[in-house]
Parts: sequence; structure tokens; C-alpha cells
Amino acid sequence: MAERSLTRRLIAGLVPLVPYLWLCVLFLVPFLIVLKISLSDPAVAQPPYRPVFDWSDISGFFGGLDFENFGLLVEDDLYFRATLSSVRIAAVSTLLLLLVGFPIAYGMARAPERSRSLLVALIILPFWTSFLIRIYAWIAILKPEGLLNQALIGLGLISTPLDILNTETAVYIGIVYAYLPFMVLPLYATLEKMDDTLLEAALDLGSTPWRSFWTITVPLAMPGIVAGSLLCFIPAVGEFVIPDLLGGSETLMIGRQLWSEFFSNRDWPLASAVAILLLIILVVPIVIYRDVEARRVEARP
Amino acid sequence: MNRRLSLFNVTSLVLGFAFLYLPILLLVIYSFNASRLVTVWGGFSTQWYGALFRNQALMEAAWVTLRIAFLSATIATVLGTLAALALTRYGRFPGRTLFTGMVYAPMVMPEVITGLSLLLFFVAIDLDRGFWTITLAHTTLTMCFVTVVVQARLMTFDRSLEEAAMDLGAPPLRTFFTVTLPLIAPSIVAGFLLAFTLSMDDLVIASFNAGPGATTLPIKIYSQVRLGLSPEVNAASAILIGIVTLGVIAATLLSKRSLLRNRSDAH
Repeated sequence: MAERSLTRRLIAGLVPLVPYLWLCVLFLVPFLIVLKISLSDPAVAQPPYRPVFDWSDISGFFGGLDFENFGLLVEDDLYFRATLSSVRIAAVSTLLLLLVGFPIAYGMARAPERSRSLLVALIILPFWTSFLIRIYAWIAILKPEGLLNQALIGLGLISTPLDILNTETAVYIGIVYAYLPFMVLPLYATLEKMDDTLLEAALDLGSTPWRSFWTITVPLAMPGIVAGSLLCFIPAVGEFVIPDLLGGSETLMIGRQLWSEFFSNRDWPLASAVAILLLIILVVPIVIYRDVEARRVEARP
Repeated sequence: MNRRLSLFNVTSLVLGFAFLYLPILLLVIYSFNASRLVTVWGGFSTQWYGALFRNQALMEAAWVTLRIAFLSATIATVLGTLAALALTRYGRFPGRTLFTGMVYAPMVMPEVITGLSLLLFFVAIDLDRGFWTITLAHTTLTMCFVTVVVQARLMTFDRSLEEAAMDLGAPPLRTFFTVTLPLIAPSIVAGFLLAFTLSMDDLVIASFNAGPGATTLPIKIYSQVRLGLSPEVNAASAILIGIVTLGVIAATLLSKRSLLRNRSDAH
């Protein structure tokens, strides 16, 4: 009996231990290596670059740090501009996503109850079809001889093709398209629970629809607005595929900078430093996001 | 009050769904285009599908992608289920905060950072990049999604069924396999399918961790797209869209069934 309870306890102990160890080895340690490499000497660091580790010497690990890579990031204003431009593009995209996503989520929340789960499934479906392919589809639509220009010329709205591909506009279209489900779903979740009698009461008391929208619907939908915005803003800042395929050479974004620092310039320590920089930009929104999520979970009945 | 759709609601729904589906639909339609030009319609033809299947490099990449997706989704499902059990059943164990953080972090971290850090790790431990490094990387990323899906099911789970089994003398392990597992099975399958599609879809993490030995389909498609649009890629995309659609439909049906069962549990 004692032996049986021992195996039992062993198995019970393994349940958290196995995924825990996996994440420590394949998530935490790699991350610490990035930190270490970002702080190592750029000159020695020729690929294939291997971090020099002396596991026995912890003080050496922290003592021999070199902030030169971060110095390079500060000196070269390319990274400053890339950071600023990433945050700006992500912020504008989030605003556009709100404008596009809110009416859709509102329409879904007003739809008859039996069709709502179908609408939710339809919103999720394209979100699982390849991200790369969905962005690829937009190249064929947006390029000068593409379908959009053909359609606009066919309708007689324009006479010369618009240059949309390889501009920031194309990046906005791509981000709004790819992230729409992330915005619609949290908005729908809060709008669906909204009590309609509040709107009715406002109308009875003589409020205009517009005013009731701003004073009732928007404040009640705030948790969804914040959650959706953060859910879109956070990944948009680090975006690589969309600016690379739709944005042309002039669109500057930090995720793309990291990619080219790594694959084109082959400066691994600098790429690591860019990764840390990117993470620092994202820490604040992620902390806010976790806070909002925690409060939402607590508020749930 | 009966909620009624206004004209505005209907318009925004129609426009919204058109925006979401039109590009995908156009891509599928143009994969049957006879013309070599991707945006000019030259009649119906399946020639690009033929060309695709004769394209050795693309087919090989597709095979590698499927194998990686299957293997990483399988491991991720096991690990994710264990992690979900640990988070819902183990209360406070030492290091729980770090564990929770690590489970959720890969979902919010930009893929370029995850990809880069895993690559640097593999280089540090002298592991050659290729099939296995991509599989390990995908497992780490997708197990988090499995955890979330399975955890959601475990949280609404009726513990009295397990207690009844234990009261009737079933040992914990047997209780797990005969009571718990069948009840959470739909969410485990849904988690597997989710992990599978995420792995099939991933470009960024795979690019960092791919070596000369293994190139996945998204990497291949990406490198071809950079050279210009090609009808073969249209055909490959249409097939991928088909596979993913089937996977999602299966996952939706499964989770719907579990939802229905959940409701009948409650009654």
C-alpha cells in the first residue's frame, strides 16, 4: 500500500513538473540567453555566434556585461525612428480597428440569438486560415494592376491606378484585416451582455440615439474596448510579415528591423538588443492587459 | 425586448464579412485561373494544381510541414493538458506565478523575439537547426494555446463525477482515464487541432529555427512571394485554406458538442 501511494504521489508530482521544466528549458533559458547576448561584445560576435557561458561563475556573468549594443541603438537614430513608427502604426491601426470592428460587433450582438454562434464562428474562421496567405491575398488586390484598381477604373471612379501597395496605407489595411477578429470578439462579448432596458430608458427620457450611444453604450462597452485595443496593439507593434510584404522599403517597424539585423546584417548581438528593446516597449501594455484581464475575470458573475 | 437588427446593423455585418471573406475567396477563385498573370482572368483551369504537385521542392516542404505540425501538436497537447491540470487542480504550488507567466507569455510575445531566443538557445547547446528545432519551437508556442483551451473546460467541470468514482473505489489514475479524460476529450481534440493549424501556419518562428535540412511550406511560400506572385502559390494557398477550414469546422463541432454536453451536465 505504501508503495502504491508513493507511485501515486510520483505521478501526481509529474503533472505540473513536466510542462514546468519544458517551459523553463525552452522559454526561460532562451530568453536569458538573448539578454546575455544583447550585452556581449559586438566585435567578437561573428555568426555562428555562441554565447560564452561559464556556468560556475555567476558574478562573471553579471560582471562582464557590455552595454555597447544598447549604445549603438541609442546612437543610430534608425532604431529610435523604427520604434516610434511602430508605436504610431500600431496605434493608428488600433483606432481604425475600433472604427471597423465596433459596428460589426454591435451588429452581431443585436442579431437573433440562434444566429449569433454562427456569426462568432464566421469571425473566427478566417483568423485560423494562414496569416501569411491572407496577407499574400492583399498583394494581388492592392498592386497597381491589381483587382482593386481594376474595379475602381471599371467603375469609372479613377482613371489612373492608385499606388497603394508598398505604402503605409497598405500596412494599415493589412493590420486591420488580419487583426479584426481580435477586436471584434472582446467587443462582442461585452456588447452581448449589455442590458437593453438602459437604452430604452434613455430614449424614453428623451435622449437622442447618438447621445445614448456615447453616454450608455460606450461606457458599458469599455472593458471590451480596452481588451480589444490591447489585444491588437501589442502584436501590431512587433509585426513583421505585414510591413514586409505590404509596406515596401519605406515602412519602418521594429520587428522588421530585428529581422533584417538578424538575417541580412547578421549582427546577432545587435538583433538581441533590438529584441530586448522591443520587449521593453511591450511590457507596459502587457502589464495593463493582464490587469484588465484579471479585473474582467473577477467581475464575471 | 426583442432585439431587432436595424438597417445599419445589417449593413455593417454584410460589409464586415465581405471584407473578411472576399480576399480569401478571390485567392481561391484565381487559383483556378488559366492565365499565368495572377490578376488577369484567362478562363478556368486546374493546371496550377498539377504544376504544384509536380513541384518537388514545394511538395517536400508540405510534407515536412505536416510532419512537424503533427508531431509538435501531439507533444503540445500532452504538455498543455498537464499544464491545464496543474493550473486548475494543484492550487498553490511553489513557483506557480512563474509557471502561469510562462504559460501565457509566448502568446503575447512577438514571434520575432520567441524565434530569435529559441534559435540562440539551440546554437548555445549545439543542436543543429532543422526538423527537430522547428518541432521543439512549435511545441513550446502551441502548448500555451492547448493549455488555455483545456483549462477552460476543466474550470466548468463537475467535480462530483470524479468524487463519485473515487467513492466507489476507483484509484485516482483510473478515475482520470475513465471519468476525467473522456469528459475533457473534446477540448483536448480542439486544442490539438488548434496547435496543428498554428504550426502549419507559422512563418516567423520556423524561419529562425529552420536549417538547410528542413524548410516548411510557409517559408517556401514566403520566399516565392518575395520574388513576385505566382499561380502555384495561389493553388498551394487554396489547399491550405481548405485543410484549415476542415480543421476549424471539426474543432467547432467538437467544442459545440462538449458545450451541449456541458449544458446537459448542468441540468
